[in-house]
Amino acid sequence: MSVDEKTVRRIAHLARIAVTDEEVPHLQGEINAILSFVEQLNEVNVEGIEPMTSVTPMVMKKRQDGVTDGGYPEKIVQNAPATEDNFFLVPKVVE
Amino acid sequence: MIPVTELTHLTIAEARDGLKAKTFSATELTQAHVDAIAKARALNAYVLETPEKALAMAKASDEKIAKGEAGALEGIPLGIKDLFCTEGVVSTAGSKILGNFNPPYESTVTRNLWNDGAVMLGKLNMDEFAMGSSNETSAFGPVVSPWRREGSNVSAGASGAIEGTHLVPGGSSGGSAAAVAAHLCLGATATDTGGSIRQPAAFTGTVGIKPTYGRVSRWGTVAFASSLDQAGPITRSVRDSAIMLRSMASPDPKDTTCVDLPVPDFEAAVSRGVKGLKIGIPKEYRIDGMSPEIEQLWHQGAEWLRAAGAEIVEVSLPHTKYALPAYYIVAPAEASSNLARYDGVRYGLRENGRDIADLYEKSRAAGFGREVKRRIMIGTYVLSAGYYDAYYVRAQKLRTLIKRDFEEVYAQGVHAILTPATPSAAFGIGEKGSGDPVEMYLNDIFTVTVNMAGLPGIAVPAGLDAQGLPLGLQLIGRAFDEETLFAAGQVIEDSAGRIRLPQAWWA
Repeated sequence: MSVDEKTVRRIAHLARIAVTDEEVPHLQGEINAILSFVEQLNEVNVEGIEPMTSVTPMVMKKRQDGVTDGGYPEKIVQNAPATEDNFFLVPKVVE
Repeated sequence: MIPVTELTHLTIAEARDGLKAKTFSATELTQAHVDAIAKARALNAYVLETPEKALAMAKASDEKIAKGEAGALEGIPLGIKDLFCTEGVVSTAGSKILGNFNPPYESTVTRNLWNDGAVMLGKLNMDEFAMGSSNETSAFGPVVSPWRREGSNVSAGASGAIEGTHLVPGGSSGGSAAAVAAHLCLGATATDTGGSIRQPAAFTGTVGIKPTYGRVSRWGTVAFASSLDQAGPITRSVRDSAIMLRSMASPDPKDTTCVDLPVPDFEAAVSRGVKGLKIGIPKEYRIDGMSPEIEQLWHQGAEWLRAAGAEIVEVSLPHTKYALPAYYIVAPAEASSNLARYDGVRYGLRENGRDIADLYEKSRAAGFGREVKRRIMIGTYVLSAGYYDAYYVRAQKLRTLIKRDFEEVYAQGVHAILTPATPSAAFGIGEKGSGDPVEMYLNDIFTVTVNMAGLPGIAVPAGLDAQGLPLGLQLIGRAFDEETLFAAGQVIEDSAGRIRLPQAWWA
């Protein structure tokens, strides 16, 4: 399988990465090189094989459902580019 | 007083003994490294030096040593890959998007190291988000390998800048490997998703171990591909690797994939030997076009282990060739999900836009480098509607088969597997992957299988090639049996002799 320029633009939008007109052909070439490299996986008969979900057989650790952390909103927002009263600021989303 | 160069040339084990015997102080040991780092800026191994913090930590270590309360790594100066979040110290993951990120928390790995008394010298350069095999994708410029080809014209010019075409230290833990090989720290933390500890270790004549998935906590380490990422050390000897891993590893309630197993005394395993062990040689790793030097070294490694009492057997891992293509579906898929958090809202770089979607797209376009964008897009594509089964699910099935190959070999009584660490010695900057990204990806052909199966793997320097550059061998172990790797790795180190690291031509 290979992707065309339109698909590259669609993927970029899904990935929320702005791309310029000059970047698209380069990305298309690189993505197609990778897709052609992974094509060889189709040689393998995978019928009846379970897809891996966990590389080490283990039961997921659980803990008591309780509040164990928190109470420091100023730390949470300290690296944000724009904040007000410990809230993250974004452009207006709802009219 | 011991000359400064001798202090930076100690192993961790030697430094530990010297500190204990009060032959020198932690402050002297740290100051020697701080000075060496300041003279080695042309290598670009450190993205951030923290000399004041280092000296304060060393002073605290000296007080603890005086009181007889020394921890396992008391006063040992280390470099920290910039993928580990360090509280109050900028942590960038090699990316512009996190250029000013100042974590209000400490990663479990670094917390464990500081609890054991280690000293932080600074943060080490790396490929952006650990995506790369040459350290060329770093937003802070490539790292210069301290190694030069015989007869090479590479030198530090009058201005202190590097002149000539230098070699890459490998990646993604390129800063870690270069700093250890150039004596700019006694050991360094690193991480490995497809070979990012073992390949740079092999390129620089150092020792690197990727532990079993789940041995070391991933909490506070910037995520690339969560089902593959593991942290480990890069050091100048197998023993140092064992010492450092013991401190890095721990159970951790903050990482649900980190196992609740006690951490063994890895150093005790170093001198165990390989007598009676069965070592497998996988025939599928004998790839077309493999250099005779690598093949010869591999054979030599097997002979060394045989001479030390191991039984050498040929084994088969039939799905080996599918590990790399399957990896280039699984790893980008997980990366596209993990890196979705860089949105210009909660932290990191922000470019304003006309609405929130535009803000996201512009921030991510400005903040991510080319390799990262490409991998996010591949990941987005293979997870998108209509392609998920054909790519992602198929790759996860291949992963099951790759792991099964190893399980079958281990079920035959094989204790560890010996392979080359890399298909070649270090290459020059700009030499690979400019046209076709797959050319660069092939660097990980021998290491990536280990991540796909969640197993431990160690790279140990085993010799030099015709150009005088180091080559490494890799040992792959059973899950949670790093001890056998340390034992067998020590046999290789003893047989090959410790590699002579380069003189400080850059200083």
